Amino acid sequence: MREDALIKLIRDTSTSLPDDVEKALRRAARKESRGSSARVVLDTILENIALARGGATPLCQDTGTLAFYVDAASRRKIPPARIKAAVAAATGKGWLRKNCIDPVSGVSYDDNCAPGAPVIHYEEGLGRGVVRLIMKGGGSENMSRQYSLPDETLGAGRDLEGVRRCVLDAVEKTLGYGCAPGILGVCIGGDRATAYEVAKRQLFRPLDDSSPDAQLAKLERRILKEANSLGIGPMGLGGKTTLLGVKIAGRPRVPASFFVTVAYMCWACRRREAKIV
Amino acid sequence: MIAGLSYPYTEEQVRALKAGDAVRITGLIHTGRDKFHKWFADGKPVGVDFKNGALFHCGPVVVREEGEWRVKAAGPTTSVRENPYEADFIAASGVRVVIGKGGMDARTLAAMKKHGCIYIQAVGGAAAVAAHSVKRVEGVDFLEEFGAAEACWHFSVENFAGVVAMDAHGVSLFDQVAAVAHKRLHGLIGK
Repeated sequence: MREDALIKLIRDTSTSLPDDVEKALRRAARKESRGSSARVVLDTILENIALARGGATPLCQDTGTLAFYVDAASRRKIPPARIKAAVAAATGKGWLRKNCIDPVSGVSYDDNCAPGAPVIHYEEGLGRGVVRLIMKGGGSENMSRQYSLPDETLGAGRDLEGVRRCVLDAVEKTLGYGCAPGILGVCIGGDRATAYEVAKRQLFRPLDDSSPDAQLAKLERRILKEANSLGIGPMGLGGKTTLLGVKIAGRPRVPASFFVTVAYMCWACRRREAKIV
Repeated sequence: MIAGLSYPYTEEQVRALKAGDAVRITGLIHTGRDKFHKWFADGKPVGVDFKNGALFHCGPVVVREEGEWRVKAAGPTTSVRENPYEADFIAASGVRVVIGKGGMDARTLAAMKKHGCIYIQAVGGAAAVAAHSVKRVEGVDFLEEFGAAEACWHFSVENFAGVVAMDAHGVSLFDQVAAVAHKRLHGLIGK
């Protein structure tokens, strides 16, 4: 029974885009004139979302790095072996691509399971039996970046204005390569490794929320507006919507370091949560 | 206005299209990505005749059901990785259409202009739509050598959607967008 709920979580994550993301894409499509490249791309994306959901086929062929966040108190019920069995079963059904390559030998782990794959975090405070899954493809992951302030080339100092400059630079460098319109998770501070993880976790936030910190909330709104004024548009072919959301968080840093870390997520923002009972 | 593009893709058909045109492709297309291009660059035979054909940068999800190949997902992969090889491949093979995402470099754009070839941006991530337009798998080469995601699949497609992003006249939509974005960023951060 438990395997079924986990397999369902994987299938739904791979094949059904979250409502908030789909709504944002619909809004973006309405803003573009008929016949424009941007509109053609967005209409195709919307058609794709409906087809994938209806046919239970993957939204994108790159079914990504699978990262599970599991309620720590439920570890005995939901051990790594159980998650791996679900991943292997979902791969067999074609809901996941054979997407896991040994970095040394180049050999494929055909069931997507290997030491360290999928990625599994057990953590406190998620709620009893809660499992969150995010599937992030390589096209978007390749566009994630980390800056170290001060950055002279950007005129970016160690303050929120410096953060703004880094994030806008990241958007301009990414163009359409990450499959725009995308979503940014940003971490200010932290150490390099933690910051990438924190930035990625921001991608779980619903698109319509904002940071509880008033300054960061303001910065999120400003960067979103400015990024969308760059004209990069869907798939980088030009248009009004380059980003669907910007989510910023902070982590303490040591005096010597000031990192700005940007996790880029493609429009196919496959994230989902389920309660495994 | 959406232009139709049907196999065999002639030089005339391809030269008539301009960057920014929406197109629907019907006919034969072949997938080929990193290992395929490396294989070609090593001087090995690529198996099928690409003359007036189409090359799709794609690593599909294909499963075997009831003795037949079925395509579950077939969106484009990032094309820049093939920049070192594509101009030579266009010159040697006579391919008329390259399908992928993100665009390619100036050398490839020049080869497209010289030999009569276009680059079509398929919609990244739209794997279900792309798979839906694949009506039949005609065959596969290099399945053993490259693995399923990198093999050279031969698809018959109907109304495969894309946008001409690099045309056969030296115009790249990506370059235009990048120039505008760069200028506007300068306006925002003064750098």
